[in-house]
Amino acid sequence: MESFKDFIDFLTQPTLMLTLSMVTFPFFFPINDWFEKWNRRLRLNLLWTNAGLVVVMLGLALFFVVGVQDAEFRLIMLKPDNVPIVGLIFLVYFFMWVSMKQASDNDARLSSGKKPNEYHDPDEKVLVWPDLVYVEFISLILCMCLLLVWSIGLEAPLEEPANPAATPNPSKAPWYFLGLQEMLVYFDPWLAGVVFPTIIIFGLMAIPYLDKNPEGSGYYQFKNRRLAISIYMFGWIILWVLLIIIGTFLRGPNWNFFGPFEYWDIHKLEPLTNINLSEIIYIKLFNTGLPSNIFLRELFGFIVVFGYFLVFPPLLAKTVLKRLYLQLGNFGYGVFVFLLLCMLSLPIKMYLRWIFNLKYLIAIPEYFFNI
Amino acid sequence: MSDKKNIFERFGESQVWKSIFRSGVPRTRRQRMMSVLNSVFLHLHPVRLPRHAVKLKFTWCMGGLTFFLFLVLTISGILLMFYYRPTAEYAYTDIIDLREQVPLGIMREIHRWGAHAMVITTWLHMFRVFMTGSYKPPREFNWSIGVLLLVLTLLLSFTGYLLPWDQLAMWAITVGGNMARATPFVGHEGPGAALLSIGDINFINMGADAKFALLGGRFVGEAALLRFYVLHCIGLPFVVMILMAVHFWRVRKDGGISGPT
Repeated sequence: MESFKDFIDFLTQPTLMLTLSMVTFPFFFPINDWFEKWNRRLRLNLLWTNAGLVVVMLGLALFFVVGVQDAEFRLIMLKPDNVPIVGLIFLVYFFMWVSMKQASDNDARLSSGKKPNEYHDPDEKVLVWPDLVYVEFISLILCMCLLLVWSIGLEAPLEEPANPAATPNPSKAPWYFLGLQEMLVYFDPWLAGVVFPTIIIFGLMAIPYLDKNPEGSGYYQFKNRRLAISIYMFGWIILWVLLIIIGTFLRGPNWNFFGPFEYWDIHKLEPLTNINLSEIIYIKLFNTGLPSNIFLRELFGFIVVFGYFLVFPPLLAKTVLKRLYLQLGNFGYGVFVFLLLCMLSLPIKMYLRWIFNLKYLIAIPEYFFNI
Repeated sequence: MSDKKNIFERFGESQVWKSIFRSGVPRTRRQRMMSVLNSVFLHLHPVRLPRHAVKLKFTWCMGGLTFFLFLVLTISGILLMFYYRPTAEYAYTDIIDLREQVPLGIMREIHRWGAHAMVITTWLHMFRVFMTGSYKPPREFNWSIGVLLLVLTLLLSFTGYLLPWDQLAMWAITVGGNMARATPFVGHEGPGAALLSIGDINFINMGADAKFALLGGRFVGEAALLRFYVLHCIGLPFVVMILMAVHFWRVRKDGGISGPT
């Protein structure tokens, strides 16, 4: 049992958990034929069958049932505000299953020349009363029942009265913003708290104008929309839900990482050895001091950041995203690739941190301009 | 005896009942159609729908549940407002009273858990709309309205988080407020803020920046409590209701629920 707990604690480290989920992700949601071949070869498509649902749900339930026997696990999972996130884990998989199962059914139907399952004769319509109002009525009664049971069974949290003199450790944002707070580990607040949220909102609103693929409008489908669905799933499941899970369950005092079975030791020491790109280049590589001119000092950072946003778009337009570029035109493609690069900058910055202890690519604290 | 009508049947034929429900008990096809058309609430829906649109496995009823939770939160929120005073002196003790003194004191639980549930149902509704490709033309604009509604849902939840005025509330909002001071140009610790100055005078400073505007002060204090209370109870719901009206209207105007052609 102890070794199982140690193994889970080991596995859930952000470095390992994020790497594992990002590497396996394209096998679950194949973006091209090669991944699709492996998806079928590894039988990962079984995940979207009835048996897959039962196995995953039972597995998750078993994990939590066994987990709560542990005092540390219980303390963090059963914190009232964390209960919805435990529910969220089950709900996200369940609804992913509901949509992906119907999508793969429809994929099979479409490839054999049939219409999707949702298709019915347009002349054959049903009346809203009673066919729809009953469904709605029963759903809202069930929803209200669930809410009442939840409310009677679990008291809303109330801690000590607000006290500006006593900072709790850790101080956490509300759970739905913990993805952003997790981003604060890797980016400065002006990026993680202001610029990236704005870009996320803008990017979500831009989806219908960037996805010009007419396929799959009005029915579940994966195969002909795999790029769109994969990007959306990557952003939602890994960069949002998974970061929320890490932020909620696995971040303890001083925002240090603690495994789900680990004691939240307030004295846990994490060496702070992060250094800036300018320090790596001038001090470690050139063995000189940092230049006093800010632009000279941060020259390499600017080259890297601007290079990232200027080199990749034309490069991708000529290679893997050629079809998309022709479809969207200069402006649309520019917006799309900018959003994509912003999204990918988070995992990139994570790995730069984990591998090189990199703090900032551009560090101008004089003007609060750190990237 | 058999031809004698029971009390329900007699009431169903009375002038009072007929004046309220003009089309009678919806038994015939015509009556069923009229009962949707004649009701201000039901005529949010069309009268007839394609068969796939009423299936739970297609819609998950998630949008409907999100709206329902919004109504639950409005009603429970109004009840909470009877007891709650948004001042540093009373806020915390009023919350204790809600639990200890008020009969059937689960109104705060319904409100808090309902809010968490609404955040989740909004995400799942969005996920469903994405997976069925329902944002594609002609429904692009309604997707964008939906994104704004998602943001407002999160903001409603965030502003409500401060109101219990306990440690959890104050420090969660402090974490959020600290982001505001790093806003480019308009936060006093944001990049570019130093540019907005003449000589030694900084226009963006601790007493005049995005964080100050959000909190009504330099720290999370009573002014922030009042500000969040007003936004939570009046300001944001006002905007949400307008956008919701647009959202529902556009579902109908953009050709009803999406489906394969």
